[in-house]
Amino acid sequence: MKFRQFKESAHNGLWRQNPGLAQILGLCPILAISTNLVNAVSLGLATVMAMALSNLAVAALRRWIAYEIRIPVFILIIAALVTVLDLAFNAWFHSLYLVLGIFIPLITTNCIVLARAEAFAAKNKVLDATLDGIMMGLGLVWVLALLGALRELLGSGTLFSGIDMVFPGLEALQVFGDDYPGFLLAILPPGAFFILGGLIAAYNAINARRAARTPPEPAPAAPTTSAVAG
Amino acid sequence: MSTETARFPALHGALRAALGLAAFTLAFTALMAFTHHITRERIEAAAEAQQMRLIDEILPRDQYNNALLKDAVTAAPPANVKRIWRARRGGAPVALVFETFATDGYGGRIELVAALGIDGRLGGVRVAAHKETPGLGDYIDPARDPDKTRPWITQFTGVDAALPLAQWAVKKDGGVFGHRAGATVSARAVTRALGQGSAWIAARREALFAAPTGANIGADAQEE
Repeated sequence: MKFRQFKESAHNGLWRQNPGLAQILGLCPILAISTNLVNAVSLGLATVMAMALSNLAVAALRRWIAYEIRIPVFILIIAALVTVLDLAFNAWFHSLYLVLGIFIPLITTNCIVLARAEAFAAKNKVLDATLDGIMMGLGLVWVLALLGALRELLGSGTLFSGIDMVFPGLEALQVFGDDYPGFLLAILPPGAFFILGGLIAAYNAINARRAARTPPEPAPAAPTTSAVAG
Repeated sequence: MSTETARFPALHGALRAALGLAAFTLAFTALMAFTHHITRERIEAAAEAQQMRLIDEILPRDQYNNALLKDAVTAAPPANVKRIWRARRGGAPVALVFETFATDGYGGRIELVAALGIDGRLGGVRVAAHKETPGLGDYIDPARDPDKTRPWITQFTGVDAALPLAQWAVKKDGGVFGHRAGATVSARAVTRALGQGSAWIAARREALFAAPTGANIGADAQEE
């Protein structure tokens, strides 16, 4: 039973309701920071921490949060926890903090965090809510990682550039050799849209093929897409 | 529901909500204050280490022996110089490390750190922060410069601050400094900011070394 719940939560976050590909929430960090793999994964992991902590706190406190003021309280909780993360990053990963800069505080405004607090954490037990936060966050991480890796590879022909900011001593991989001319569009914001569009198309194609292959099963419920994309 | 009975519960509910919100605000502000308290020293140390890493690239540590970051003065706004650190060796002036900036980069502000030796020549320049286009204008930062053997920014090393302001420009504008094709704006902004900053510092060299620590040096400090 416990394992089934875990599987369900993981499948939901990583694939069926993936924040990046299905819910298409949290585009601000996706587009802005995914210029290379290290930045993308770093901000992704910071988002995982923020979502796990905020879902945990919201679920733990849900009994005391009056319905009418739940949204300001959620925002307050998220903003406070993100501030804590921001300070922690600043203290312990300073050079990475300088790169991620404004995007750590901006996790507060990433609507996927509030969406999970409101849609899931406020109605579920602490453990389930934390797990949901982690899985939703990880769903965003792998999409960010793929997007960051593709943009970096196409744009500058490298992988893991900036890894020394996280693990001093490690070096970036020069995949296409020193004379790779670079492809600026991939690094600029429009490139993020193009590549994300490609990823979403691939995601939909895989889902469509799966649905076609298993006709007797009822079609999976359409992922809850929100009108807001922040 | 009559208004008489509805008014009181509504007020009651509002009060309850307000108190709840106040309680949550208090609790989470306390959490933030606590985190700030335990991380403050580490953050200050990390920021200082970061600053020193940059300064080490433009002024080798064996040239001075004072606590550089503690020996600081500031510049008053009209100058495009912010903080100035005074490097001394056995009390004798060695160099002035100063922060200058350009506001006309392609992506906005470009923050620079430079060292001006007592001989009036630039010891080196580094970009501390910028938002120039990746792959185009970001060669002003040697870490992003494709030319690893002779990064663009190193051409300022050894330049005399007494160079006339008109020549503090890229060759395209009649100056003496090179730039990379396709991204003149970034190079132009850095060059001009450096020219103004160095001239400002050079003109006040003695006053800057003599000023007490923490002093704010105004534009009128050198009316010799």
